[in-house]
This record gives sequence, C-alpha cells and structure tokens, in this order.
Amino acid sequence: MRLELQKRTDPSPVFSILSPLIALGLMILAGAVMFMILGKNPFTGLYVYFIEPLSDPWSREQILVKATPLTLIAIGLAVCFRSGNWNIGAEGQYLIGGMFGAAIPVLFHDWQSPLLLPLMLIMGMVGGALYAFIPAVLKARFGTNEILTSLMLVYVAQQLVDWVVRGPWRDPQGMGFPGSKSFNESGVLPKIFQYGDAHYGALIALLAAIALWFMLSKTLKGFEITVLGQSPRAGRFAGFSAKQMTVFAFLVSGAMAGLAGIGEVSGTVGKLDDKLSLGYGFAAIIVAFLGRLNPLGIVAAGLVLALSYIGGEAAQISLGVSDRATRVFQGLLLFFVLACDTLIHYRVTFAASAASAKGRS
Amino acid sequence: MDIWASILLSICAASTPLLIAAAGELVVERSGVLNLGVEGMMIMGAVAAFSVAQMTGNPYIGAIAAVATGAIFSLLFAFLTLTLVANQVATGLALTILGLGLSGMIGEGFVGQPGIRMEAIHIPVLSDLPLVGNLVFGQDLIFYLSLVLVAGVAWFLFRTRAGLMLRSVGDSHTSAHALGINVIKIRYLAILFGGACAGLAGAHLSLVYVPQWVEGMTAGRGWIALALVVFASWRPGRLLIGAYLFGAVTIGQFHAQALGVPIPAQFLTSLPYIATIVVLVLIARNRRLTMINTPASLGQPFVPDR
Repeated sequence: MRLELQKRTDPSPVFSILSPLIALGLMILAGAVMFMILGKNPFTGLYVYFIEPLSDPWSREQILVKATPLTLIAIGLAVCFRSGNWNIGAEGQYLIGGMFGAAIPVLFHDWQSPLLLPLMLIMGMVGGALYAFIPAVLKARFGTNEILTSLMLVYVAQQLVDWVVRGPWRDPQGMGFPGSKSFNESGVLPKIFQYGDAHYGALIALLAAIALWFMLSKTLKGFEITVLGQSPRAGRFAGFSAKQMTVFAFLVSGAMAGLAGIGEVSGTVGKLDDKLSLGYGFAAIIVAFLGRLNPLGIVAAGLVLALSYIGGEAAQISLGVSDRATRVFQGLLLFFVLACDTLIHYRVTFAASAASAKGRS
Repeated sequence: MDIWASILLSICAASTPLLIAAAGELVVERSGVLNLGVEGMMIMGAVAAFSVAQMTGNPYIGAIAAVATGAIFSLLFAFLTLTLVANQVATGLALTILGLGLSGMIGEGFVGQPGIRMEAIHIPVLSDLPLVGNLVFGQDLIFYLSLVLVAGVAWFLFRTRAGLMLRSVGDSHTSAHALGINVIKIRYLAILFGGACAGLAGAHLSLVYVPQWVEGMTAGRGWIALALVVFASWRPGRLLIGAYLFGAVTIGQFHAQALGVPIPAQFLTSLPYIATIVVLVLIARNRRLTMINTPASLGQPFVPDR
C-alpha cells in the first residue's frame, strides 16, 4: 500500500470546506485517545473540554475574551501568509502594541478623556506595525530571512516589556510586584454586558475581520496579495512589487497584532504587567490555518481555539488533566489541518504497491 | 588564568547544542527541505534525555533516548511534507508548537528535580595538564561528538557519492529524479538525521548545560541553530565559527550580568537574539556568498511524476 498524489487542476471546492472539519474531527479523536492514555474516561474528557464550556454563560464570555486577540492576530497573519511572507513574530508585535498603547495611560495617568481610548488603540496599532516593520524592511532591503528575524524579535520584545514593567513603569505602590498602575476608567475598554468579562475588543475584532475579508476578496489590493503569494513571477509581470507587498503585509499584520495587544492590556487586564505574553501570537498561527487564511473562517477558528483554552482550564479543575494538554491539542490540530489541506490540492489514491503502480502507467 | 579556562569551558558548553542542531539542519536543508521544527525536536530530546536518565540513572542511555526521540518526532514532519506535500514552513512551526506542548506535559513531574549530569571525561595526566588540560581532554562526551559530527557532515557532503546525491536533490529535485535518484527517500533520511541531531542537542542541554528540566528550556536555541545554517551559508566548517560566536555572546552577557554592569539585565539577555538578527543581515547583504551556496530547491514541494 502506498499513498499517491495527483495534482488537481483546480482546488477542490468540497474539500476546501470539509478539510478543516475533518481536521477538527481528527483532533477530537486524538483527544479521546489522549484521555485514555491519561487514564480518564474519554467521553467525560471530551464533554468537559468541548461541550461544558458552551453551556455555561460565564465560560461563554471567557471564550469571547480569548477569541478576541487570537482572531485579531490571525486575520493579520492571513494577509501576510497569503502574500507569501512568513511573519511568525506576531507575539512580539502583540507585546510591543500592548506597550505602546499603555504608554499614554501610564505616563499621563490622571488624564481622563473620551479621546484616551481611541488614542491608545491607535498607538497599539502603530507599535505593532513599527515592530513588524523591522523584519519587513530587512527582508525587502537586504533579503534577510523574515522567519528568523521576526521570531528573534519576539524574545527581544519579551525582555523589553519585562524591563519596562519592572523598571521605569512599575507602580511605586505595587508592593514590588512588576506591573504599571491600573489605568483609570477612560483607559479601559468597556464591557459588553453589565456582568462578565467580555469587552468591546470582540466587536472590534469582528469588524476588522469583515474589513480584511472585504479587502482580500473584493479589492485590487487583495488580488495583488493573492497573485504575489501564489506566483511572484506572475505578479512581477502584472507590475506588482513584491518588496512593497512585504512591507505592506507586515505592517497590516503587525498593526492587527498590536491592536490585539492593547485590547488585551486595556480590556482584560487594565494595566501593563509581566503576564502579557501568553503565546497568543503562536496560537494565532494555528487559528489562521484552521480558518484557511480567510478572515471570516478565522473568526470561527478563533472561537474554536478559544474553546480549547477554556475547556483545558475546566479539564484541569474537574479532571486534574494538565493544562499543558491544551497546547498538545492545539499542536495536533495544526498538524491535522495541514495534512487535510492536501485533499484540497491533490487527489489522494492508495496504490497496492510501487510495482503495480509502475505497471499501470 | 583559571577564570579564563572556566569561561572557555562554559563557552564550549553553550555552543555545543547549537553546533549539533545546526549540523543536523544543514544536512536537511542541503537536501532541499526547510525544517523549522528544530526547536520542537530539541526540546523533545531534552525532556526524553532527562526523564530516561532519571529512570535508568544513566545519562548515556538518556542521550540515546533523546536521539531516538528527536528522530521519531521528525518523522511526523517528514510524513507531512514529503508524503502529503504539506507546506514546509507551516509544518515546521506545527512541530515546534507540538514539541513545546508535549515536552511540557511529559516533563511536568520532573520540574525541580535534581538532574543527572553527564560527567566530563577524565584522562589521567592529560586532563590534569595546566591551562589546556580540561579544555582539550576533560569535557563531556557530547562535546567531542559535536566536533566529530561537523567533520563527518563536511566529509559526507563534499567527499562521498551519497553526499553528492543529497546535494543534487537539494539543488534540483526534478533533475535528480530524472537521473533516477529517489528524492523522497533521501529527504526522509536527511530529515531523520536532522531530528536525531536536534534530539542530541536537547540532551546536551538537560544533561550537561543545566542538568535539570525546565519547561521551554531551549529558549529559542533551535531557532538560533536555524539562523546558524544561514550564517554558515550551508558550509559545515563555518558552523563552528558561528556556534562559538553565539556561545561567546551568551556567556559574555552572563558574566556582564554577574559583574553588575550598569545595563538592565533584560537588555543583556536579549543580546544573543539581537546578534542573530545583525548576523543574518550581514550575511544576506553578501549576495554572492548566499547565492552560490543556497540549495536551489530549498522549501519547494516535490511530487514525483510516474
């Protein structure tokens, strides 16, 4: 038995929709196996992980809270990945966005104004975009590998934020704990519901997803992104500049990651502290691929990944399963998504053996 | 003088895992495959080495387990990218994400436990020589292995027929395939070798460098190893320069922190990462160096036609 692939002339429309769903099914199956290995009842395990959080209003809000940064970062990454640029340093852009956005309420702590919040959000986007500009310009100008530079900058950003919250921006009344002063009310993203944690960042993420979906699928810029991503040569003949595209794609994805960062700082935490780096920038890569690099698909994928975080917390509390299981689930999910994507572009057949395959041709 | 000897020893310890992982990845990339999962395979090796050494009480069995774990883990990448022709960049990232998560779960029970150190070898008389004794004759086995590995990779790639075949696959898989070379098989073997090396690099971290298990203890070393391959412009000998340069920067910033240099510790900690970026830029500017040596099929998908 041997796998054989045959390139399809056009991507299969059926599998374009089915493949992420098959991947999810495989992840659930793998999850059941993992629960059995850990000595838990797989049905209870899966129920606690994937069903229970949906039935509880508090958990549903938590899912929304987690899905917000994941979705924002992932839609930006979708633009980048589609254009053939590999920004894997979104975690760093998220951190710098959070730091830039926090600068105003930290440095002008007593300033209360309806202008504050919009300014913070803009600053967050500027910070993320500027930080993404570094690997972009290095790639466009010198041909430096953007994968490695953008990733290295994550470690630098983590150290920078760590220094800021322990050094110059530390709250003098904070009992020595790292972290800035809590922002005043006009610097906090308001909550959607009277009780609970869901904040308006969720709405911003949804609007941003719709806007980027529109850009990608309905505008010339979106066409340019797709052409340059799929065939840089064809793009050159069409008069598109790959270098300008690199900078553009990184700026967009950096701005989205920065917005996610300041959204988290302002909406969820209310101050800048040392616990901002939670790996959303990396999890968002999974979200982007699960959503098949389509901003609307990514909204759904963001909710799925958020569910896995919340389910993981629930499983930790009620089943005693390590919270690290969540990251294993997420890693497996990306594998399954990538494997199933093969079905979109190739016709997969099983040949009895290498010899018989040769005989046929 | 003792201080300098101990600084040089710690530079060797910091450079060895980078050198081993980079040597493995260099072979993988020479075969035309970009495996970004080095960090994930390395940390799986680290946790395997630590846990097996704990269970058996023998660090050498731990190191062997790490090599096997790295290789098996890399098979996942090989199956996806070679058999299913999945995107190499994304699959490599998946391998890293999965490795970081899985190692955290496996190693959960080992956090804080004292590790079993792989002791340095000791040759009577020679190891006791002043100045060079410990440096040349008194290090751990993996250190010597790393030097043999680099020499072996250089010899294999540029002095053997199999190495020539591997490079031809990396430079043009279509031509190699037309000549009857089994592209997929060679790439499978190269990826396995890269995985085994990354596993051994991880073993060095958790058995020699810091004999402990700390979650995420690779701290980007897998990525630095990837950068080293670019820095070395796919030439094994140049890996030595790169790895020891980074080792020196890492140890230098530790000592600067210990001496209380009036620079925030966070800036010193980020120095190796910034140095990586600077080096990548300097290398990329030298077009001729990179153009000649970059495997032309690097990262390209390949489906054999029948």
